[in-house]
Amino acid sequence: MPTASVPPPIDSALQRSSAAALLSHGAQVALVNLAIAGLIATINGGRFGHVLLYAQCIGLSIWLIVEFGRQFDPRRTRRWPSGWRGPALIAIGCTLGYAAGTTIADAIFGYSSWRDYLRNPTQLMRDFGPTVVFCAIVASGFWARGQAREQRERIAAATHAATLARLTLLQSQLEPHMLFNTLANLRALIAADPLRAQEMLDRLIAFLRATLAASRLAEHPLADEFARIADYLALMQVRMGERLHASLALPPELATIAVPPLLLQPLVENAIKHGLEPQRGVGELRVEAALDGATLVLVVADSGRGLEAAAAARAREPVDPGSGFGLAQVRERLHALHGDAAAFALAPRDEGGTRAEIRLPLRTRPTASESGSPR
Amino acid sequence: MTTALIAEDEPLLAQALRAELGRAWPALHVLAPAGDGDEAVARALQQRPDVVFLDIRMPERNGLEAAEAIVEEWPADAGALPLIVFVTAYDQYALQAFERAAVDYLQKPVQQARLAACCARLRDTLALRAAARGADTPTDDAALLGRLRSLLAAPPEPAQAPLTILQAGVGATLHMIPVDEVVYLEAADKYVRVVTAEREALIRMSLRELLPRLPAERFWQIHRGTVVRADAVATATRDDSGKVSLTLRQRPERLVASRLYAHLFRGM
Repeated sequence: MPTASVPPPIDSALQRSSAAALLSHGAQVALVNLAIAGLIATINGGRFGHVLLYAQCIGLSIWLIVEFGRQFDPRRTRRWPSGWRGPALIAIGCTLGYAAGTTIADAIFGYSSWRDYLRNPTQLMRDFGPTVVFCAIVASGFWARGQAREQRERIAAATHAATLARLTLLQSQLEPHMLFNTLANLRALIAADPLRAQEMLDRLIAFLRATLAASRLAEHPLADEFARIADYLALMQVRMGERLHASLALPPELATIAVPPLLLQPLVENAIKHGLEPQRGVGELRVEAALDGATLVLVVADSGRGLEAAAAARAREPVDPGSGFGLAQVRERLHALHGDAAAFALAPRDEGGTRAEIRLPLRTRPTASESGSPR
Repeated sequence: MTTALIAEDEPLLAQALRAELGRAWPALHVLAPAGDGDEAVARALQQRPDVVFLDIRMPERNGLEAAEAIVEEWPADAGALPLIVFVTAYDQYALQAFERAAVDYLQKPVQQARLAACCARLRDTLALRAAARGADTPTDDAALLGRLRSLLAAPPEPAQAPLTILQAGVGATLHMIPVDEVVYLEAADKYVRVVTAEREALIRMSLRELLPRLPAERFWQIHRGTVVRADAVATATRDDSGKVSLTLRQRPERLVASRLYAHLFRGM
């Protein structure tokens, strides 16, 4: 008696629309059954219509059983069950599907294959054997296809997430307000003081280069971090003139400690944007690094209008959709790198203004200076 | 002579704009620049320029708030309001919104051709205005104020329920003040001073946030920083400058409605 078999295709389309996916799977299985029937009819002879009916009944039965079995996957992914469960499901589906499909086809023809098999058990082996073989071939085909698709989707999702993260980081660092105001100052300086304009442009170039590199580099030495902050502050100095008094303090023995690139940047930017810039008169900004035992302490302190005033202003004027992003980003980066070992605190200072403090566990491995090494 | 005031906190940019205006519009007399929002308001009211260039992001009051204050406090006898041009490096405000609330806007870095076009527009507007001199346009000023306010308004919160009670903490005690008992509200920095017949209290909320949650037909804004319950007002008296002074039923003090809200108090 004729034989055929087919396990289900596996893919995530099932998750999208189960009814449509089920239909499409059924159609694919029926197509495969048709091919198998053609093959068997060619090799064994016999009437094609007859062979086809058995092939469809058995193949579709196996498919339905396996499809049903997949609903009970403990992971609920509706893909292949994991480990031994997958092959076991195919084996069960193959056996039960063969029995059910043969019985159904028998009923249609008013025949009994089982009587034949009782009389002649080798006939059962001859019919069931190919079912098992086809079942295994088709199952592994579908399995491989599903696997490949899943893999592609995983890669696509991961790439998307990584791109998004880099883009948001870049966007937060290339603050358009800062960029256009700096360019406006540069434009003014070109005519008034070309030498200073050139110097400012150099600073801007260094700052932009560092910003773009920061999304690629995992870490750089603290000395580089301070150099980039110095570039940024020099740009702000031109813009704010005498209103900004900035100082940087990096003890030489800490210069080679590796830190995530531009980690301090959002803090310095916040200190200026929310603390000093909105305040009339002269403001102080101090960036310093120190060691506390095996902990690196990085501090950005300003004498600006303070956290409370800044928060009140944010409530008053809905100016920035991006505000708050900088701090969240600092926290996220610290957490991703050091888990609970790193700390970040933002607090008002007694003498007025705000103090941001990052505490990083010290790792002894120094990194080579980016700016010092030849390319 | 046409005069202009520049409000810009970055000294280089203020200088540059002044120099470029000198080239684009030699007849324009540019006053010494103002370095922050508060100074811009004070100097505009005192020197009464024809044109004000307002940077959006400035210390103290920002450009929009400064514009609001200038429009609101502009004396009735001082002639037409100055033409406002906003200057911005980058903002998420739709630039069209700036255009509705001002004669023009400029983006930094300001380009020569763009500045020339802006100057032409200003000259045209001033010429039109001179031709139509004498025509009183208080409603236009009020509309302009409305557009500035809508720019300044807090983003619409997801449907907040109207308030019936204001909860004001005084030390360890919480005062539950029914909205019906409020005589007037006054903005005080980041707080609002709530005044009833018997007492006053501070609530930690800005007037801008509070106002949309009060019934509009009963609570009237009469000044940038003052909202009064209409049925608590006893009399309204108009003075020469166009301001209206209000007496209250349950309080001895007087409130002042600025010129632009004077239309609220008209005989029937």
